[in-house]
Amino acid sequence: MSLLDVEGLSVRFDTDDGPVHAVDQLSFTLADGEVLGVVGESGCGKSVSFMSLLRLLPETASVSGVARFDGVELLASSNARLRAIRGRRIAFVFQEPMTSLNPAFKVGNQIAEVLRRHLGLSRADARLRTIELLDLVRISSPERRVDEYPHQLSGGMRQRVMIAMALACDPKILIADEPTTALDVTIQAGILDLMRDIRERLGTAIVLITHNLGVVADVADRVLVMYAGRKVEEAPVHDLFARPQHPYTVGLLGAVPRPGSGRLQEIPGRVPSLAELPTACAFAPRCPRADQLSRSQVPELREIEPSHLVACFHPGPDAEAT
Amino acid sequence: MSDPPVLEVEGLVKHFPVRGFGAKGVVHAVDDVSFAIGRGELLGLVGESGSGKSTVANCIMRLVTPTDGAIRLKGVDITHLSRRALRPLRRDMHMVFQDPYSSLDPRMTCGQIVGEPLDVQGLARGRDLDAQVVKLFDHVGLRDELRFRYPHELSGGQRQRVGLARALAVSPALLVADEPVSALDVSVQASILNLLRDLQQELGFSCLFITHDLATVEYLCDRVAVMYLGKIVELAPTAELFADPKHPYTQSLLSAAVVPDPVAQRARQRVVLEGDLPSPLEPPSGCRFRTRCPLEERSAPQSHDEEPLLVDTGGGHLVACHLVARGERPELFRPVEVSR
Repeated sequence: MSLLDVEGLSVRFDTDDGPVHAVDQLSFTLADGEVLGVVGESGCGKSVSFMSLLRLLPETASVSGVARFDGVELLASSNARLRAIRGRRIAFVFQEPMTSLNPAFKVGNQIAEVLRRHLGLSRADARLRTIELLDLVRISSPERRVDEYPHQLSGGMRQRVMIAMALACDPKILIADEPTTALDVTIQAGILDLMRDIRERLGTAIVLITHNLGVVADVADRVLVMYAGRKVEEAPVHDLFARPQHPYTVGLLGAVPRPGSGRLQEIPGRVPSLAELPTACAFAPRCPRADQLSRSQVPELREIEPSHLVACFHPGPDAEAT
Repeated sequence: MSDPPVLEVEGLVKHFPVRGFGAKGVVHAVDDVSFAIGRGELLGLVGESGSGKSTVANCIMRLVTPTDGAIRLKGVDITHLSRRALRPLRRDMHMVFQDPYSSLDPRMTCGQIVGEPLDVQGLARGRDLDAQVVKLFDHVGLRDELRFRYPHELSGGQRQRVGLARALAVSPALLVADEPVSALDVSVQASILNLLRDLQQELGFSCLFITHDLATVEYLCDRVAVMYLGKIVELAPTAELFADPKHPYTQSLLSAAVVPDPVAQRARQRVVLEGDLPSPLEPPSGCRFRTRCPLEERSAPQSHDEEPLLVDTGGGHLVACHLVARGERPELFRPVEVSR
């Protein structure tokens, strides 16, 4: 049995300009200790999906579907019940470590707050445990750092503090939303090493939301590709990069400059509006393989090889000429 | 060969004084940076946050006044020219900024934005101006009707095309592009990079391309300069730099860059740098990289006392490292041939 089992997750925002279908019928599972990479470009619904699971979205969002976590149905849970899970058993790390930390409090106190609230530790115990956590995320001289304010730390260290805070209650799942996007490459390398280390030492399952295919190639076991609110492809990491099937995945991989690559592949057009639920393949207007079929029907996900799912009428690894 | 390079930067220094908050001192943003860009050449300037790469760009554009050194545009020293004297020369250099959202005037239509440099330089008026703007829009792949739209109505990629059209309106000899694709999605990045490459080949301008993304530099540039804490530590032809990085910092940078290939990515050795970037208020004595250099022991105590000079190791491959100068090879990281 998987740790997290999401079925038919849909998120709709009611805005002044009408509804926006941010996530449409998303299903996936997450196993114990697995690193799941979720990739896609801005607005594809990758962050919203995971925020909706923990009820972190504004009230304009209507969420439907089923999300089972360790015997609990998250979407139907009461706020009180969810509070016991959020931050304790499923923890979140956000992109911007500066805006997610409170500048007016010492970082140690911010981590200790989590420990005191969720685990009921005393002030002294919480402090000791906080120092342990800072050490766990490899912050040097944690006894000193614990009494520093966020502005005294570098960007990479702030992100380590955020991760320490997320790990405070030894969660089963760590959801990291673009954890390295705001960081320099040498700092990013350190954070990715830390993620790998956490999974190995603590067995935490990690959801890594990113737009960076290199980051996914580095740490993920399995990858989910999203486009316009839907999952278009899912596969073990090596299969996805060696034999991408969906033309969008193929396009994304071709768009990244890499050693010896020729002209970069462009994906013409732009992301569709999410105002209406699709009646055809959402990628069809930008797809070199589009035909009558994909313009009139929504492709269902099918398993074309073991554990490799794709939602396309014309799957295949080659970038066909337009 | 009688033509001077399009851009020559010699011994550029920019210090920012800081006052208040109990701190007093000087931020050494750029310290003694020299390079030249030939006609039609693309030079990539890479480095991490705080390395001073944007300050170099801002000095060249004279958006900030250099503390010391000289900047020559087509042989003319522009380091200390007044705004008025500089204005006619501005025709020869234009800039594309990182954020396509804040670098376009929200109260002007895109057509007006692109036409403004032509108007300011007195190169075109009235119908002629319109005709040129139409041509520019076509050139950067924007639909003609977008001329009458405002920036907020456009997508990020379209806005960056407007920025590019504006920069190229007066056919400058030099384009300074400061992280022009960093704010864009991957697929949009690809189209802007392709466009930049096509336009460069067609129009033949020189370009200083500033980025933190090594893969982009490798795709686009002829030569690369790597900056660390206000200094150029290595400068080489692109293929040479990626195949044979000599400076320990360049090696660690290359080893940290992720590639979208799980097999190659997981096989690579990684050089982990200890500690953080030192404060530019008090840069380390001698070699600025010494506080984080994994090979520091080998170069001490020279690294404390002496600043390594940028020396040519052959074929225009310049490195500022005591070990390299001594003929040793820092070998932290060897690039692996990626077959694809």
